[in-house]
Amino acid sequence: MPDEDSEVISVAPDGRPAKDQPAWRRDFPLDWPEDEYRSRREFVAFLMLTSAAFVAGQFWILLIQTWRKAAGQPPVKEIASVNELAVGESKLFEYPKQGNRCILVRLSDTNFVAYGQKCTHLSCPVLPRPDLGKMHCPCHEGWFDIRNGEPVAGPPRRPLPRVGLEVREGKVFANGYVEGVI
Amino acid sequence: MRMTQFARKQRVTIISGIAAFQMIIVILQLWLFTTTMETFLTGYQETALPAALASVVCFALNGGLFFYLRGLER
Repeated sequence: MPDEDSEVISVAPDGRPAKDQPAWRRDFPLDWPEDEYRSRREFVAFLMLTSAAFVAGQFWILLIQTWRKAAGQPPVKEIASVNELAVGESKLFEYPKQGNRCILVRLSDTNFVAYGQKCTHLSCPVLPRPDLGKMHCPCHEGWFDIRNGEPVAGPPRRPLPRVGLEVREGKVFANGYVEGVI
Repeated sequence: MRMTQFARKQRVTIISGIAAFQMIIVILQLWLFTTTMETFLTGYQETALPAALASVVCFALNGGLFFYLRGLER
């Protein structure tokens, strides 16, 4: 008994024998199982490449993280004097590098907070609203708690990157990140 | 058993099964990647290494299936 492979070279998708097929299919027969096998084989190879790309991406994140850790915390930098801001006022500054815009807010006589100004949703600049106890992103109505930078409403899901502060000798200094990546 | 010993329809079934497994693994890798990116941007650093190792294991599984298929075709 001849095996299935040698007996039927071409099997049409509808499964009917060759004599029942239209003339164009009889003139140009395709080996459908082989065609399906080849296309799936290429798909499997593509999945292998995708898998390798994800591994590369994971190690890229790991590498960046290691670089950041090796670089250590950014230097301490004076950003304002205590008397410069009244309670409820804010000041823009750049930290740790030029172009990394951050915002300092005075919440009370002794309490200052500072955050990176980029919204964690789509990087629009956030604006302080101390009267509401929030930071506001006007682009997509994102809101953050002004005390800790946690998202409270709107599309952002991650907290604002928080800048560490210390107050001494009547001046406010930035001394690294508390949380997040600026 | 070599792939040529299977009927052509059986070969399609085998490779479809392998592709389905690989797709599940790649979707798992996608989830790992997005989660790692999310935690990295939030500033947490603990997840990157375990997630990278898990992704390597997924890739090894994919590679195993791929080379198993090549072995069948030989």
